[in-house]
Amino acid sequence: MEIVLVGLNHRTAPLDVRERVSFTLEQARRAADELRSRGLLEESLVLSTCNRSELYGVPPEASHECGPELSSFLSEFHSVRPDVLNGLLYQHYDRSAVRHLFRVSAGLDSLLLGEAEILGQVREAYRFAHEQGATGPVLNRLFQGALETGKRVRSETELGTRPMSVAAAGVKLAERIFGKLADRTALVLGAGNVSEQVVSTLRDRGVAHLFVMNRSRDHAEALARQFGGRVLDWGNWETALLAPDVVVSSISAEEPVLLRTVLEQAMAARSNRALFLMDLGVPRNVELAAADLYNLYIYNIDDLSEIVEQNRHARESEVPRAEAIVDEHVGKFLSWQASVELVGLVEALRSRIREERAAFIRARLDGMNHLAQADRERMETLMDELLEKLLVEPAERLRGEKELRRKIQNVEALRDLFLRHREKP
Amino acid sequence: MPHLFLFLTILAYALSLISYLRFLYAGKSHAGRLGTVFLGLGLVAHYFALLERSRGLHTVPYHDLYGSLSLFGWLLALTYLGLEFYHRQRSVGAFVLPFILLFFLAAHLAGAGSDRLPPTQAHGVVFALHVTLSILAYAAFALSCVLSSIFLLENRLLRNRHLGDIVWRLPALDLLERMSQSSVLIGLVSIAVGTVLGFVWVDRLTGQYWYYDPKYAVTLLVLLLYVVYFQLSRTSNWRGARASRLNIFNFAVVILSFTVVNLYLSHSHRYF
Repeated sequence: MEIVLVGLNHRTAPLDVRERVSFTLEQARRAADELRSRGLLEESLVLSTCNRSELYGVPPEASHECGPELSSFLSEFHSVRPDVLNGLLYQHYDRSAVRHLFRVSAGLDSLLLGEAEILGQVREAYRFAHEQGATGPVLNRLFQGALETGKRVRSETELGTRPMSVAAAGVKLAERIFGKLADRTALVLGAGNVSEQVVSTLRDRGVAHLFVMNRSRDHAEALARQFGGRVLDWGNWETALLAPDVVVSSISAEEPVLLRTVLEQAMAARSNRALFLMDLGVPRNVELAAADLYNLYIYNIDDLSEIVEQNRHARESEVPRAEAIVDEHVGKFLSWQASVELVGLVEALRSRIREERAAFIRARLDGMNHLAQADRERMETLMDELLEKLLVEPAERLRGEKELRRKIQNVEALRDLFLRHREKP
Repeated sequence: MPHLFLFLTILAYALSLISYLRFLYAGKSHAGRLGTVFLGLGLVAHYFALLERSRGLHTVPYHDLYGSLSLFGWLLALTYLGLEFYHRQRSVGAFVLPFILLFFLAAHLAGAGSDRLPPTQAHGVVFALHVTLSILAYAAFALSCVLSSIFLLENRLLRNRHLGDIVWRLPALDLLERMSQSSVLIGLVSIAVGTVLGFVWVDRLTGQYWYYDPKYAVTLLVLLLYVVYFQLSRTSNWRGARASRLNIFNFAVVILSFTVVNLYLSHSHRYF
């Protein structure tokens, strides 16, 4: 056992427990220090996001399952009673721990399948732990592998490409019409939660100008302040609809607010420049009859939800390809790990033989008084040469042949066979 | 190895088409890059195929219908590649490559060079430039027609809110419009210069600037229509589906000029 993982996520633990065992950066640093000073882990790394808290580590001694100790460490560190965490924590070792991390990094373990943020969070957690000196050769290699897996899954599959929220789908659609939104203008009608999500996404995509219009000016001003926009007076449609390329509407009103006549005038005033209208109001804010106006693209909440649903199916169908990439990288990592361990094992074997050779030869040559000193030395050299030859060749082959390393999966067995009761090299 | 370049060109264009299709349907960016590389290789092989054929027949490529078609395909590929680099957009490749491949196959597999222009008329740099620039112009117009058709398709899907998978792969409507305008601009410049050179050449040959050929009127009409498109497509009232429909109509006139006018009316323009 080389790598251990203890943690919980959105699937195993409710939000209030996740909150209690989450780590700030400072806590992550302190945890790593304590784990090392207590001799629990040689290398350690804390991955803490809103959906998961995970502790990755390399224990100092092989063949010792330290999961339970790490679990009690977690409850002690966060002052949570152990029975609260009972059944919520998972423990993984070696292959299963590697696989877990690579799936996390690929977005396969996320609440929102294929979401992109997790890769950044893994990168950040690794960078921090690395800077603090908490990681070592094994975790360095492990997390580099995880980042590589995440990047490949993102570039080679469509797991993360399609928008998965109504806000993101709407903004992506606007990009289908206008291309990059960098020099575009957006108008937000209504200042509720839904508007906020869309505005945030629009700002992320670099929309240049933002206008907010709401019945209550206070709410409009709050939203405008938050995202750096300007407030327009309610009801002045002709001016309001002149500049924007994208209009997001989520007004709570019984009847449509944007009537066909209003939009017809607005389109004429803007010389029919294309307008994308995201109608998120229920009941709808835009009169249905406006749909046939030239260069006007209207999407309501159902249209956008349908796109999100289609995208969810599309993402799910990409899972097998993503899993295949994960498996490939898990194999790669394990083969690297085996090669390091095997080379270490052969080195240990050589130093053991070197240690024992002198005493062994002396004992065997004791009774052979007829041999001259030169002959004794000659025999010692011959024996050295033989031992070297026997050991150097397999060591070279282990370094050079990937397939051979893959075949020798159980290094522990070899270590037991040749180096029983001796310390790990 | 008389057919080596022929074979290599077909292979490269076919591989390019497959890669662009993979890029379009599976969204793999390396497939798109591969499409560009194969198209580049196809262009080189096609160039040598043209050269080899011209040498074999002891003539320039545009001396017969098939040569003109092949040159048209080559210039279409070249124009597309230029646009691809300029606008950094590969998802149109899958729509353009079938035409390039078709023109090449039609030209080189179907045809012998039996139906040629009388060699005495067609000589000199001015004439060669006149022909090449005219064919380049038609290739650019064809490309912009393809782009406008994609625009109309995507626009229809977006307006009807029936997106499917394809919409997420196609370029943004705005980009399609700009690509189409760039392509028309290339066409306009080429056809203007090409036509002037045509007059210069006629002057040298016959000593007079003008003798009437219906092709002139049609070419001027084409020029005018594309100038109108170029201007209108940048005004907001026409931007979008209207401008794209006009562009497709314009290309219908180009095809008319290529077929009816060349075959039945013109006495000096048979193949271009």
